Amino acid sequence: MASIDTNEVLIDCQAVWKIFGDKAPAAMEAVAKRGLTKKQILQDYNCVVGVSDASLQVHRGEIFCIMGLSGSGKSTLIRLLNRLIAPSFGKVLVKGRDLSALDATELRQMRAQNIGMVFQSVALLPHRTVLENAAFGLEVQGIAKAERNRTAQAALEKVGLGDWLNRYPAELSGGMQQRVGLARAIASDPEIILMDEPFSALDPLIRRQLQDEFRQLTKELGKSAVFITHDLDEAIRIGDRIAIMKDGVIIQVGTAEEIVLNPADQYVADFVAGISRLHLIKAHSVMVPVADYQRQHPGGDIGTLARTTPEADIDELIGLTMQSDRDAIAVLDSGTVIGVVTARSLLAGVKGTTIGEQPAAA
Amino acid sequence: MNPDSFQFSPGTYLAPAVDWLNANLHPLFALITAVVEAVLSGIEASLLSLPPYMLIAIVMPLAFFLVNVRAAILAGLALGFCLLMGLWDASMQTIALVSVAVAISVLVAFPLGILASRFKAVEAAIRPVLDIMQTVPPWVYLIPAVMIFSLGRVPAIIATIVYGIPPMLRLTTLAFNQVPKDMLELGQAIGASPRSILFKIEIPAAKPTLLVGLNQCILLSLAMVVLAGLVGAGGLGAEVTRGLTRMEMGLGLRAGLAIVAVALLLDRLSRGALQRDRTRATG
Repeated sequence: MASIDTNEVLIDCQAVWKIFGDKAPAAMEAVAKRGLTKKQILQDYNCVVGVSDASLQVHRGEIFCIMGLSGSGKSTLIRLLNRLIAPSFGKVLVKGRDLSALDATELRQMRAQNIGMVFQSVALLPHRTVLENAAFGLEVQGIAKAERNRTAQAALEKVGLGDWLNRYPAELSGGMQQRVGLARAIASDPEIILMDEPFSALDPLIRRQLQDEFRQLTKELGKSAVFITHDLDEAIRIGDRIAIMKDGVIIQVGTAEEIVLNPADQYVADFVAGISRLHLIKAHSVMVPVADYQRQHPGGDIGTLARTTPEADIDELIGLTMQSDRDAIAVLDSGTVIGVVTARSLLAGVKGTTIGEQPAAA
Repeated sequence: MNPDSFQFSPGTYLAPAVDWLNANLHPLFALITAVVEAVLSGIEASLLSLPPYMLIAIVMPLAFFLVNVRAAILAGLALGFCLLMGLWDASMQTIALVSVAVAISVLVAFPLGILASRFKAVEAAIRPVLDIMQTVPPWVYLIPAVMIFSLGRVPAIIATIVYGIPPMLRLTTLAFNQVPKDMLELGQAIGASPRSILFKIEIPAAKPTLLVGLNQCILLSLAMVVLAGLVGAGGLGAEVTRGLTRMEMGLGLRAGLAIVAVALLLDRLSRGALQRDRTRATG
C-alpha cells in the first residue's frame, strides 16, 4: 500500500445548500436572512430544500459513507460534490479548487481526471462491450484506442472480469454489471470515487461480497471514496467515517463506533439500536482505567491478566475472557497497560453504552 | 349589422403575396426548381441507365453485405415485382423522388427535433405548426406551391417533404427525451464534452426510436406520391392517377402494389444499413 497523507483534505464541502424550484434564489435569500424552515420554504416559495447547510471533509485514503433514507438528500449531496448539481449556496472545494470557479472545460477535466462516479443503475451503454464500456471514460478524454483498452482491461482484471471483455452488458448478472461500473470509474485513475448507492439493487450475498471487495480495492489503490447508502450495516461495513443525513441535514458525522456509542439524537439512536456491537466496539471504548480496577479488586495483579490491544473488538474480548480464568483483560498500548476490560464493562459494551454511563446503583 | 361583413378571407391577403413572390423572386424559385430537377434527374438517370436485371444484380449483393440475406431476398423480390408489373421506369422515378424527399425531411427534422427535446419553448412553438402540417389537406398548400413552381416534380417534392417532416420531427424529439437520465449523468460525470455525449450516448440510445421515425417518414412520403402524380410528377403516382381517371382497376392495383414494394425496399434497406453495427455485434 502506498504511503498516504491521511490529513490531506480532498473534498471540502462548506455550508452547502441546495434548494430546488423556480423561486430557489429568493428562497435561498429568505433562508439566509430570516432562517425559514423547510416547511415555510415549501409553503411560501413552493421550493424544496434538498440539502441544507451541509459541511463535510473527505480526507485522502478515506471511505466516507453518507447514510440516509430516501428523500434525505444524500443523492443530491453526492451530486454537489462533482457539480452535476450546482449548489444554491456554499462552496465545494475538490483538491483545494472551488468547483464554482471552474469554467466548463476545467470542470470536465476535473471530473475526468479526479472524480470517478458509480451509479445505482450502473448506466452501462448497452451497445458497447464490457471492455468498451470500461474504456468509455478514457475514450471521451481522447486517449488512443490501444492504450485505453490496455488500461480498461487492467481495471476489469482488478474487479475480476478479465474473462468477460467482449461480452455485452445484457449478458452479465447485476453484480457483474456493477463491477464493470466500478472498473470504468477506476480506469481513469481518479483520486476520488463517488458511489451512489451502487449495491442497493443487488441481492444480499453478492452485496456483501462486493462491499468487501470494494473496500479492499479502494484501500489497495489508495483511493478516497464517498459512498451513499440507505443501509446502516453497509455504511458500517465499508465506511471509515459515516455521516447520517435526515431531511437534507447532516445530523452526525463520526466513526461507526462513535455513532453507535454516542448517537447525536433519538433518530440516530433508533437507527443504531439494531446494530450488532460485536465487531464495532473496540477495547479502548469499553475499558476502565487501571486505578478504578485496582480499587475494586484490591490485590488483583494486573500483570497476570490476559492481554490484548486497544483495537480488539468485543467479539475477541469475549473469546479471551472465556479462555481466561480471570474475569478481566488488560489492554496494552505499546507495552504499557492503559486500561482493563472487565466482564461488567464488556456487557455494557454489548448493550451499546460505556461503563461510565451506567447508573451507579445498577 | 351584417355578420358577413366580418368574414375574414386569408386568400385575399395570400394571393397578392404569392403574386408578389412570383414577380419579384422568380430567379430564386427558378434556381430551386433547376437544382431539384437536376438532382432528381441525375438519380433517375443513373437508376435507369442500367438494364433492370443488372440493377437488381447490383442491389441484391449490396443488400446482403450491408444488411443480411433476408434483406437481399426482399430487395430482389420487390424490384422484380416492379419489373414484372411493367412499371420499372415509374418505380425508379418514384424511388428517386422519395429518396430525395426523405433525405431533405430528415435533414430538416433531425436537428429541429433535437432542439425541441433540449428546449421546451422550441417544442411548444413547433407543435402547432406540426399539427397544421399534418392535418391541412396537402392540396391546400399545393396550390401556392404550384403557383410558384408550376406543375411538375418540384411542388410534388415540396408536398412530400412537408408531409414527411412531422413524424420524423416528433419521433426525434421523443427519442431524445427518452434517453435515460442516468446515461446523460454518466456522460457529464466522466467529463465528456456535449459533442461526445450527443454522438456516443444520446444518438445510440435514441436509435431505435429514430429508426421508427425514419420508417414513418418513408411510408408517409410514399403515401404522397399519389398526390405527386396529380401535379404531374410522374412515377407510380401518375400510374395510380391514370388508373383512377380511366377507371382501370388493373392498372391502379398494379401501381398500388408497386408502391408497397418500393416502400418495403426503402424501409428495410435504410433501417438495415443504419442498424448495421448492432446486428454485426450481436450476430
